[in-house]
Amino acid sequence: MAFENLSEKLSAAFKRLRSKGKLNESDVKEAMREVRLALLEADVNYKVAKDFVAKVSERAVGNEVMESLTPAQMVIKIVNEELTALMGGGETRLNSPSSPPAVVLFCGLQGSGKTTHAAKLALMLKNQGHRPLLVACDVYRPAAIQQLQVLGSQAGVPVFEQGAGDPVKISREAVKHAKDYGNDFVLIDTAGRLQIDEALMDELRRIKEAVPPTDILLVVDAMTGQEAVNVAKSFHELLDITGVVLTKLDGDARGGAALSVRAVTGRPIKFAGIGEKLSDLEVFHPDRMASRILGM
Amino acid sequence: NSFTKIDESLFEELEELLIMGDVGVETAGRVCEELRRKVKEQGVKDPNDVYDLLRTIVADMLRGGEELKIGTKPSVILVIGVNGVGKTTTIGKLAALLGSQGKKVILGAADTFRAAAIEQLEVWAQRSGAELVKQTQGSDPASVVFDSIAAAKAREADVVICDTAGRLHNKKNLMEELSKISRVIQREAPDADREVLLVLDAATGQNAVSQAREFQSAAEITGIVLTKLDGTPKGGVVLSIREELGLPVKFIGVGEQVDDLQTFDADQFARALFERQEETNETDHSDA
Ligand SMILES: Nc1nc2c(ncn2[C@@H]2O[C@H](COP(=O)(O)OP(=O)(O)OP(=O)(O)O)[C@@H](O)[C@H]2O)c(=O)[nH]1
Ligand SMILES: Nc1nc2c(ncn2[C@@H]2O[C@H](COP(=O)(O)OP(=O)(O)OP(=O)(O)O)[C@@H](O)[C@H]2O)c(=O)[nH]1
Ligand SMILES: [K+]
Ligand SMILES: [Mg+2]
Ligand SMILES: [Mg+2]
Repeated sequence: MAFENLSEKLSAAFKRLRSKGKLNESDVKEAMREVRLALLEADVNYKVAKDFVAKVSERAVGNEVMESLTPAQMVIKIVNEELTALMGGGETRLNSPSSPPAVVLFCGLQGSGKTTHAAKLALMLKNQGHRPLLVACDVYRPAAIQQLQVLGSQAGVPVFEQGAGDPVKISREAVKHAKDYGNDFVLIDTAGRLQIDEALMDELRRIKEAVPPTDILLVVDAMTGQEAVNVAKSFHELLDITGVVLTKLDGDARGGAALSVRAVTGRPIKFAGIGEKLSDLEVFHPDRMASRILGM
Repeated sequence: NSFTKIDESLFEELEELLIMGDVGVETAGRVCEELRRKVKEQGVKDPNDVYDLLRTIVADMLRGGEELKIGTKPSVILVIGVNGVGKTTTIGKLAALLGSQGKKVILGAADTFRAAAIEQLEVWAQRSGAELVKQTQGSDPASVVFDSIAAAKAREADVVICDTAGRLHNKKNLMEELSKISRVIQREAPDADREVLLVLDAATGQNAVSQAREFQSAAEITGIVLTKLDGTPKGGVVLSIREELGLPVKFIGVGEQVDDLQTFDADQFARALFERQEETNETDHSDA
């Protein structure tokens, strides 16, 4: 299960801390070193881990903690609080438009799961009684449009496509189509791109300008390592994303990417992908995830 | 870099660079231990020489085993990995590379699961001038592999490259399916040279180690293809994989075009690993 390993490492560190009676500064320092290592082994970004530990340490070496009757307990509580804060509060829903349709733009690196998750969300919305429209704006990848069409038909959701046209124009026309045909959600699939690809990043900016979306979801593979921060930062700076979809959580990734992405964007993880089937989509619960990491 | 003397902060800085390159805490620690030892042993005085020494240590760890062993006619290359790492694209590029060397290549569309996976490979077959063997979506992948090898024998092809569906390594039934495919290849082409290439996305963190471990036990891997190195990630986790499993990196993927595949170069890889973010953005992997 994702996060399992991080949780084990943290509880080991906490156990050692608890076995001590009174704590001195070096006990806390040692425990923080272990927390930092646990985070790094879980692929939490180097700087994020460093900042996190600095923040916890600052709170933990205060008199209030050192002189309390159960100092270890207090340190653990601080780690819990900071971790939960880092993950964000309760679940967050999609934004509502002032007038329909709601437009959700999916973006992210190559292979992160955009196309699959556009279709998964379409199915989820359809099951809630909505009338979503999928839009094929990946005009580059071989068979990307067919992939979306197959998934759309599996979900029983229509797919708007204009072949290998201009994604900006396609997305604009898709929204018009949705208004004409009473679709209350427009879900736009885009091509995977590197955050350093200026031309393709600019294409996203122009789609945003043309539509404009009610949600811009960055799709992030849960197995991502240190790179997660660079990706999240760049996409967020350019597009002001509204949330994250964390995919492939059915694997055994340690999930540090979740913490990193959240830390650098401040945007919530809205959905979690937990499999290849279209029904394998969950609304993300940060507090539950934090508890799971901490083994609570 | 700004270091003027060799002290603790220099070693810390280097360890940090390794960790930021996804080398992993433990391997980074071991590499730095070795660096300290060598710096002492060789009496290195100039910080720049420390960098060079570190690059050499890393490159030496990764060197060797880059070449493909595909001497027999036909030879079989099985391409495996988790979802979305670049398997199908790599196959397209590899087919083009082998085709340009005058080899006749057959592609086996054994990802019968993912939506439009067959159509995607079909486009790559056209681009690379390879022939495609396929069945319909949902058919048994092992049977597609069987057909592909039979076709290669009948049409006197040089190489068969089989695509497979992406699968997470913790899924028992999917890994078992892979073992079955692997057994079919051994049975149908017992005397053929066989390569099993694990494709890893360079942006992957420490999870890549358990990917390699599990895929290794399902279908003996012969080498790694590290994709998406045209981005800013460094792919340092291959160092841990080399340490633990001895698996060589054979190719790197540096883009989405047909010629964006390069033979792995340990020295170039080690150099890139220690470049800072700002510098990396300007590094063009593709002109190596
Ligand atoms: N196990 C698992 N696989 C997933 C999940 N989400 C997507 N996938 C798989 O990951 C692979 C890539 O998914 P896509 O939806 O094609 O990714 P993409 O971001 O659209 O890819 P590009 O368009 O090429 O950039 C496919 O094999 C999907 O089936 C998930 O939550 N779990
Ligand atoms: N930038 C970059 N993109 C790549 C590279 N290799 C593959 N891609 C892209 O990554 C995405 C996924 O590639 P695929 O070849 O479909 O990956 P796969 O492993 O076959 O995916 P599944 O079959 O769904 O598991 C596509 O958008 C490719 O164009 C590379 O070296 N660099
Ligand atoms: K990926
Ligand atoms: Mg896609
Ligand atoms: Mg594929």
